[in-house]
Amino acid sequence: MAALLEIRDLGVEFRTPAGVVKAVNGVSFDVGRGEVVALVGESGSGKSVTALSVLQLIAQPPGRIAGGRVLFEGCDLLALDEAAIRHVRGRRIAMVFQEPMTSLNPVLSIGRQMTEALRLHLGLSAAAARQRAVALLDQVGIAEPQRRLRQYPHQLSGGMRQRVMIAMALSCEPELIIADEPTTALDVTIQAQILEIMQDLCRRLGVALLIITHNLGIVARYADRVNVMYAGRIVESGPAAALYRRPAHPYTVGLLNSVPRLDRPRGRPLEPIPGSPPDLHLLPAGCAFAPRCSLAEAPCRIAPPPLRALGDGQASACFEVERLLAGVPA
Amino acid sequence: MSGRAQAGQAPAGQVQAGRGGEALVELRQLRKYFPVRGGILFGRTVSQVKAVDGVSLSIGRSETLGLVGESGCGKSTIGRCLLKLEAPSAGQVIFDGQDIAGLDRSATKALRRRVQAVFQDPYSSLNPRMTVAEIVGEPLLVHGVEPGAAGRRRRAGQLLELCGLSARLIDRYPHEMSGGQRQRVGIARALALRPDFVVCDEAVSALDVSIQAQIVRLLEDLRAELGLTYLFIGHDLSVVRHISHRVAVMYLGHLVEVADTDSLFDDPRHPYTQALLSAVPVPDPEVERHRPRRIVEGEIPSPMNPPPGCVFHTRCPLADEVCRRQVPALEPLGAGRAVACFKAGPAAVPA
Ligand SMILES: Nc1ncnc2c1ncn2[C@@H]1O[C@H](COP(=O)(O)OP(=O)(O)OP(=O)(O)O)[C@@H](O)[C@H]1O
Ligand SMILES: Nc1ncnc2c1ncn2[C@@H]1O[C@H](COP(=O)(O)OP(=O)(O)OP(=O)(O)O)[C@@H](O)[C@H]1O
Ligand SMILES: [Mg+2]
Ligand SMILES: [Mg+2]
Repeated sequence: MAALLEIRDLGVEFRTPAGVVKAVNGVSFDVGRGEVVALVGESGSGKSVTALSVLQLIAQPPGRIAGGRVLFEGCDLLALDEAAIRHVRGRRIAMVFQEPMTSLNPVLSIGRQMTEALRLHLGLSAAAARQRAVALLDQVGIAEPQRRLRQYPHQLSGGMRQRVMIAMALSCEPELIIADEPTTALDVTIQAQILEIMQDLCRRLGVALLIITHNLGIVARYADRVNVMYAGRIVESGPAAALYRRPAHPYTVGLLNSVPRLDRPRGRPLEPIPGSPPDLHLLPAGCAFAPRCSLAEAPCRIAPPPLRALGDGQASACFEVERLLAGVPA
Repeated sequence: MSGRAQAGQAPAGQVQAGRGGEALVELRQLRKYFPVRGGILFGRTVSQVKAVDGVSLSIGRSETLGLVGESGCGKSTIGRCLLKLEAPSAGQVIFDGQDIAGLDRSATKALRRRVQAVFQDPYSSLNPRMTVAEIVGEPLLVHGVEPGAAGRRRRAGQLLELCGLSARLIDRYPHEMSGGQRQRVGIARALALRPDFVVCDEAVSALDVSIQAQIVRLLEDLRAELGLTYLFIGHDLSVVRHISHRVAVMYLGHLVEVADTDSLFDDPRHPYTQALLSAVPVPDPEVERHRPRRIVEGEIPSPMNPPPGCVFHTRCPLADEVCRRQVPALEPLGAGRAVACFKAGPAAVPA
């Protein structure tokens, strides 16, 4: 059976004064029903742009879908007209954005923004919409929801605004939730509470979740599968357990070494990946990670390595993956 | 070179005086209440949000104090009071021996040189119309430290290099840089006036883990080299543990536990601290599968209407009648820690 969401060879470009930026460059992955799929990777690697493309939310210009398909239940979302995609947005696919302040309207009360969506998408009466909004705020752990509904976004703390966004995403019982850094601004107990709610929805109602996050702990706890992005491409993908046990790309190894861990003794210095992230205007001909990679050899500088299957559902875009897995220090 | 080595040698931090040394920053019974207005436009004040409700705390010279806690518990508000961006409703903020509320204009300006901030959002905290040279040089201009444009530019270049950025970025605009680069520009700007104290409010939260690791190392190195003092506010407890000498835990406007970092993480005493630590996911699916998850039940009470007694009692598994009626004071437990809980036993004897 086909997956709920199938992204195929997606390419997205931006025209900038300094030239064309290939923000997303041939990205393919699936999200199945009830599945939690994580998208991780370097800042600027194209995670948000990938997510925004799914719902045709890339401003064109300066953006442009350079190619590929986004199949949702077999239907190409990129081919839908504005009216048709609007029917999908919010209702069948909900999105939680990275910056809640930019996606909440500052001059409308929280209640107004929540009930409007409920009335529009579910056809609820004003009273019913209000009741549902209260229940949703309660579900994401906001105290005194009635009073909060009367407030404006600037009167809430960062974490509360983010929870309002999550409540709005849950409100229309979508089939797919795309959450871009949904819990970065939240403390860990609320983070856990919200991710448990989301995971429960996935398990119980078969809702699929595509989660973008920098937090590798969250990925380890909640994700079934992981896609690692670097400079607009997927460099590694696979089941979460396999990817953490046996990371198969030097960039993934670098990511895992960068995080301090509560289950390890304190005092080990952090090991950031040496060098700096690539300039998308000046991508090297070969593997974009090669300039920062201690395993890089001549072929790595000639052409980008394709994503190759390693078995057990894991795949890596690295010419030197055999040496990496054999334990040559990266 | 790293701050941790020094932290290890420091005597077990006293609760009030920080790492054995004298305090640079002190909060005395700090309170900040925000009015909540009713009605449509010009409604009268109907109640108050008790954002910070009686916090006493001190930070020693060249100490890093971590501040963690529930979203909305008042961490940023404390930071803003320290920066004199908010005036306390009651209580005092003492900086280097002086109550900052009593400072006149010129003394306040001098304070603004010594106290700086790095905020979470590098996108919105830098002026998009200014180049990096202008952004980093602006404080030098405003405070009349470096009136000449050429001098400011040179100094900006040095600061960028101090923060691990190539001086070639000096003519770029914020949108022409990556998030991590922008965050470093924010740090370079904060350091321009050679401050003594920096409030880092979620300063690395928005960054990917590799850049986050770079910035954390940078902050540690700068502390060691320049003797900076930090208040490090963050949600990522593994990062807070890594960088802090001591950690303070807040809940609903109150401090519930303060301890040196190792004691706090190895042996948390307040039930809220325990819940907080158990909620931190570890980046390893194997470890996660076998870890018990203890989600704190219930919802966070409203700061407009905080519960009587211990603010945590509505969600605490240990709460009894006393907790519902009396407010526990932040009591020293020995070994440099303090806990506001009727149920917390004595600190374990360090092995
Ligand atoms: N409107 C735009 N104009 C020009 N370039 C853009 C635009 N939007 C995004 N980009 C570029 O596309 C690339 C991918 O951006 P994207 O926001 O997807 O990164 P990300 O992986 O989500 O990073 P982060 O983790 O920092 O959120 C970046 O290099 C960014 O600078
Ligand atoms: N200007 C304001 N007017 C009214 N209430 C405010 C204002 N600023 C903050 N608050 C309230 O004060 C409380 C504490 O907010 P603060 O921003 O200090 O929390 P925080 O601990 O930094 O939370 P987060 O981790 O979500 O950033 C919250 O309930 C918030 O809604
Ligand atoms: Mg993004
Ligand atoms: Mg805050």
